[in-house]
Amino acid sequence: MSDAGAARAATRTITRGGRGSLAGGGVLLVVVVLLAAVVPYVVTLGALSSLVMLFALVILGTTWNLLAGYGGMVSVGQQAYVGVGGYALIQLADAVGAPLWLAVPAAGLVGAAIALPTSYLVFRLAGGYFAIGTWVVAEVFRLVTMRIDGLGGGTGLSLSAFRGTDRVERVAFVYWFALALMVAVVLGTYLLMRSRVGLGLTAIRDDRVAASSLGVAVDRGRRLVYVAGSGGAALAGALVALSTLGVTPGSIYSVSWTAAMIFIVVVGGIGTIEGPLVGAVLYWALQQALAPLGTWYLVVLGAVAVAVVLLAPRGLWGLVAGRYQLFPTGYRVRGVPPGAAVAPRADG
Amino acid sequence: MQGVLLGGQYALLACGLSLIFGVMRIVNLAHGVLAVLAAYLTLVLVQQGLPLWLATVVVVPLFAALGYAVQRGLFNPALAQVGRDPADGPRGAGELAPLLVSFGVAVALTNLLQEVFSADTRTIPTGGLASAGLPVGSLSVGVLPLLTLAVAASVIATVQLLLARTSTGRAMRAVADDAGAAAMTGVDPRHMYAVATALAFATLGLAGVFVGMSTQFSPGYGELVLLFAFEAVIIGGLGSLWGTLAGGMVLGLAQTIGAQTDPQSGVLAGHLVFLAVLVVRPGGLMPRSVQE
Repeated sequence: MSDAGAARAATRTITRGGRGSLAGGGVLLVVVVLLAAVVPYVVTLGALSSLVMLFALVILGTTWNLLAGYGGMVSVGQQAYVGVGGYALIQLADAVGAPLWLAVPAAGLVGAAIALPTSYLVFRLAGGYFAIGTWVVAEVFRLVTMRIDGLGGGTGLSLSAFRGTDRVERVAFVYWFALALMVAVVLGTYLLMRSRVGLGLTAIRDDRVAASSLGVAVDRGRRLVYVAGSGGAALAGALVALSTLGVTPGSIYSVSWTAAMIFIVVVGGIGTIEGPLVGAVLYWALQQALAPLGTWYLVVLGAVAVAVVLLAPRGLWGLVAGRYQLFPTGYRVRGVPPGAAVAPRADG
Repeated sequence: MQGVLLGGQYALLACGLSLIFGVMRIVNLAHGVLAVLAAYLTLVLVQQGLPLWLATVVVVPLFAALGYAVQRGLFNPALAQVGRDPADGPRGAGELAPLLVSFGVAVALTNLLQEVFSADTRTIPTGGLASAGLPVGSLSVGVLPLLTLAVAASVIATVQLLLARTSTGRAMRAVADDAGAAAMTGVDPRHMYAVATALAFATLGLAGVFVGMSTQFSPGYGELVLLFAFEAVIIGGLGSLWGTLAGGMVLGLAQTIGAQTDPQSGVLAGHLVFLAVLVVRPGGLMPRSVQE
């Protein structure tokens, strides 16, 4: 190495995050505090319910991103676990009699527990066939649920645990609970991706064979992501059931949940933690604004998703992520002249 | 018997899915809703007073042209993102790009059809063809399912011949094996991909017409069409068109037998047979035996 090269090497620093991330994290903290302490007292009950849906969408987007953005698996069947979560919540709360604060996380665990054996089945398919295979599994879940009389057959179930509770009290409980769960899921995903496991997952996504030859347990990593992502979808399903006070097989197992997840992640920015947050807010806003026009908003969403994949493949967040990272997961080498060295970027 | 004939329809539907995957490794999630689009187009043409055969003759080339355009305009740009080295530039959806694009198309098109034609179920009037039967011994066999099966078999035979014997087919197989090497010998992969998609869409358009004649369809029906076609491909074995025909028949049989025990569990029985095949023989019934 020449003297100049050595000098250059000496000025390199390896950083994770920086002042921008701290500032951004501070802004996020303020937003969460506002949502928790101010918003419930200034908006209507109806608006609070619709914010609960936004929190559920953030959870759905974040966990689908875990699958596709970090695990490289496009599942079109996550509505299977949304449905399982919804039904599990109602069964746990009404039939078993568990308190609601316990029943919701437990419903998430039920989803994860069902995802584990299912993963052995769907992992036999790869790529695009994995996508449709998971869809078939979701259909099987729906059709089987509809045939079980104890689960209400084709008409579904309604939640009776709230009977006798004041409406204001109920909506406020669901709102704060959903907010807390959303923060927990996003933080949990962030910590997972910062960990050694997360580094392995990123390696699997970028090159499965190379990762395997470096000693990353590829199958275990993908299975972990599938189970965790499905548990998250079940959690969101439980929140939806809690907020709407019931489930019907047609809507809770609808493929439109997965369509929402895909839109949120792709438009927000796949493979980043911030992307699904941006995407969920955008999806929710579009849905609220265009709802009076019927299903036109889905036509718009589909077209926007296609355009983003083709024209801005890193999504909306990707347009700014070169400069900012709210959730720094990867390390970055600074002080390298452009083009002088290949700086491995683990964040993608 | 009925189940075996139903298999003809699934095989015809699966043909295009299989072809696009074989040449480009793209799984087209818009496959089902495109078949439904073909059914709606035919219905509109028939309602304008065109005879059914003429409507079919119009829809199939129209779909071929649509396929060429979709490949050049949407799938080729999406494919360009596949295999892009992360160090070369912004990394986005990467190899997921074509899948995500086709899903976006599927969502947009399904809801567009719903806005234009409403969610009511329709069927293409066939002038008695759908209910006509041929007596075979003590059984009566439907003329339309029989015709569908015959068309499916001849479409598969034609596609096989095209791939095996013509220069276009050779170029297509070369592009499928190694697009870079094929490009060096003077074959334009992007054009070849578009020709393959055009061919696939033509079979899909034809399949859509038959679906429209034999079933009550609605915009949401595309979802089931995609799942059935996909199951036929996997049960039959990837990369084998004749296997797909067999797979379609197995699926049709499972659904018919399932529906006989309980009218509501036909579809479920088909799904379960598919999952069972996945567990027992992940390679399908006829794995890659007659690929070339």
